[in-house]
Amino acid sequence: METITLTIDGRKVKGETGQTVLEVALKNSIKIPYLCYHPKVSKTGACRVCIVRINGTILKASCVEPIAEGMTVVTEDEEIVKIRKFILELLLSDGDHNCLYCDANGDCEFQTLIQRYDIQEVKPSASRTPKEIDYESSNALKRNENRCILCGRCVKACREIQVSNVWSFTERGSETHLVADDGKRIGESSCVKCGTCAQLCPTGAITFQTVIGRGSNWELTSIPSICIYCGVGCKIDFYKNRDNILVKAMGNYTGPNEGHLCVKGRFGFDFVHSEKRLKKPLIKKNGVFVEAEWGEALNLVASRLREIKDKYGPDSIAALSSAKCTNEENYLLQKFIRSIIGTNNIDHCARL
Amino acid sequence: MTNSIREIPISECYLVIGSNTTENHPVIGSMIKNEVINRGKKLIVVDPREIELARYADYYFQIRPGTNIAILNGFMHVLIKEGLYNKEFVQTRCEGFDEMARVLEKYTPEFVADICGIDNPEDIVAAARLMARLKPMALYYSMGITQFISGVNGVKSTANLQMLLGNVGIAGGGVNPLRGQNNVQGSCDMGALPVSYPAYQPVASEDNKKKFETAWCVPNLSLKPGLTILEMFNHAIAGNIKAIYAMGENPVMSDPNQRHVIEALESLEFFVIQDIFLTETGQYAHVVLPARSFLEKEGTVTNTERRVQLMHKVLPPVGDAKDDWWIVQEVAKRMGAQWDYKKPEDIFEEIRKVTPSYGGITYERADNSIIQWPCPSEDHPGTQFLHKDKFTRGLGLFTPVEYTPPAEEADFEYPMVLTTGRILDHFHTGTMTRKSKVLEENVYEGFVEINPNDAQNYNIVNGEVISVSTRRGSIRIKAKVTEKIKPNTVFIPFHFFEACANVLTIDAVDPTCKIPEYKVCACRIEKVQS
Repeated sequence: METITLTIDGRKVKGETGQTVLEVALKNSIKIPYLCYHPKVSKTGACRVCIVRINGTILKASCVEPIAEGMTVVTEDEEIVKIRKFILELLLSDGDHNCLYCDANGDCEFQTLIQRYDIQEVKPSASRTPKEIDYESSNALKRNENRCILCGRCVKACREIQVSNVWSFTERGSETHLVADDGKRIGESSCVKCGTCAQLCPTGAITFQTVIGRGSNWELTSIPSICIYCGVGCKIDFYKNRDNILVKAMGNYTGPNEGHLCVKGRFGFDFVHSEKRLKKPLIKKNGVFVEAEWGEALNLVASRLREIKDKYGPDSIAALSSAKCTNEENYLLQKFIRSIIGTNNIDHCARL
Repeated sequence: MTNSIREIPISECYLVIGSNTTENHPVIGSMIKNEVINRGKKLIVVDPREIELARYADYYFQIRPGTNIAILNGFMHVLIKEGLYNKEFVQTRCEGFDEMARVLEKYTPEFVADICGIDNPEDIVAAARLMARLKPMALYYSMGITQFISGVNGVKSTANLQMLLGNVGIAGGGVNPLRGQNNVQGSCDMGALPVSYPAYQPVASEDNKKKFETAWCVPNLSLKPGLTILEMFNHAIAGNIKAIYAMGENPVMSDPNQRHVIEALESLEFFVIQDIFLTETGQYAHVVLPARSFLEKEGTVTNTERRVQLMHKVLPPVGDAKDDWWIVQEVAKRMGAQWDYKKPEDIFEEIRKVTPSYGGITYERADNSIIQWPCPSEDHPGTQFLHKDKFTRGLGLFTPVEYTPPAEEADFEYPMVLTTGRILDHFHTGTMTRKSKVLEENVYEGFVEINPNDAQNYNIVNGEVISVSTRRGSIRIKAKVTEKIKPNTVFIPFHFFEACANVLTIDAVDPTCKIPEYKVCACRIEKVQS
């Protein structure tokens, strides 16, 4: 790796061979707008929103432009703004972008840029045709192609991250649109519902079934935690609304999963809100469970364990720990069984 | 895992044996697929079911359930016979080669193909040559290696192969078991095992006894190793175990031979369970204590690559549910413990003191950086891969391992082989996934995979409810006729209580580690008379 020095907006910055202008800029907190680019998929260079001026003359798409020693980059000037506005207006005129009924409202990269560049309402383009809306075929994903800006992130997410190759573009020119498998609707395709396409979609073209109606994006708060299922240990940003209801799960890019999730990590958490959750201690009396207060239940457990220990010895008691509990909880249970009960009879589901 | 998930792009080749990775560890499965499909890496798959990865494999071996050791020995036989193994690594880093080589002599490709029920012995030769050519190769396995009465030997065979190839102690190589639960690694690390204190320090050691007596300020810790889960149940039936304290767990669904488990629970004088739901197992408890779910608590978990990560509290607790650690402490205090942990971090700070491999891990580090144990001190960066330059025991030990048949083979009365496992949309006993809308809608009932040949022989059509029986019990379940499964073999996922696979499974266990043989037993399928 060779270190390369270049100047972006008057600032001297360093990068490495093979990096693009956009990558180096973003690493140095220099904001260049983009739509088709995403750090987790290969470069597309299609939307041209990320154009910058190189060495005072030529305009290039920064997402695919390799850095070079001594290069000077200007990320925005009058002409660049004009071109960006033109591109955004073209994209806007070719779709139906009404934020009022869009799931992505408030969490839409396209909307952010439309507002940043102060784009006003534009007339629909002459070639614009209503495209497919599929809100029914899949219980996990919704698709509204009228909001698609053909950035291709979903196609690449499915090809390069999930590697199921469900999405692809078909037809040409203004007829270009997305298809699942060989022309199927998403619910009838081979989609495994990992939801990575929706996570990467910069508009509301592909969204989760579980989001709309549970709170607008600006009402949600996200807290990272670790998935409860397999041993990969995916880090997930859990989004909840003001009523503490989970709204969506998004793969966190700093975890071992690098942003990716599977269907369980994306959609497998309704159980926390289940009506069947235990809310009170239960004590079986005459064969039937009866709700009890903590004091009564804990006293009963401690006294029964003490009686059994006294009568039959510590090795008559055993504990089952759980691979679903934290290190702290597992540690404490083994400490309890070893130091308070006095036996090594502890095991968990490691082999099951 | 000896190595790390982020090393997947470094590997040139992958051997996936006994792991349905794309369904059970899907994120790792996708990473491997990306390397193979988009970057031309090579893949060898060994599995009785034609799993998704088999489609992209350069060599796929559809072996009979329970014959992993034979095929691994077959690969090694070829590597030695053709002189393709890593001689330098074997000479400088390992011992026991000659003894192993002698055992491997008879595992010719033809001999192995016969045991494994595969048609092309020459593919074993070709796959072995591929392994020798492409370095580093990463070996991934899961319960398809371990859940046999020869499970320990299966694991040793995977280590034998990777040491022979010199693929241990280097980035992108390694022996990589994919752990099935989000904190099964941590539970083991924390000493939730009958034979060891935290960090695998044996309980049957005077030194460790003293160490923990001092750390915990108690006299007389027991030197006697405890019982494993299945032994606990056997002893409960025998009348030696009188009480069980369970923190989570659902053995009625997850342990083999369900009838036996229920008999054990019913024979207890006292059974208390902490859980988030009243499970199939909870029904047999005398006291059920409501616990908080993972989203309502804080604490650390350790993933399959030994990475310790911090879980955050996302949601407020439900009803009167309490943290599992709080419940344990409250019971302990009532039995004389002088404990005063106020939050999980207090417990973690104690863990660091008695668990050398966790010594340098703090909440702050676990939350903001990649920290994998062993991490003995706060200035230690953690360990990306194990056995660099030297094995923990010094030299890597080759263990001669012979193939041994499973506990129960198909016979006249039970002519088919049953193997069990998991599917993408559900997890373990289904307690959580079956209460999640999308997942339950995706797959809402159990099924038995049957090869079309067998379906024709038994006059069974796809979707028909049939009976599957073993010496332990019998269930009714929908048939899924598919080429994915080998003839004379059926597969049932164990997530569904309505058609519970573990009514059928055998409770024979590996003599060393006591893992049950979930992956193979003899069964019989029958048409249900309407």
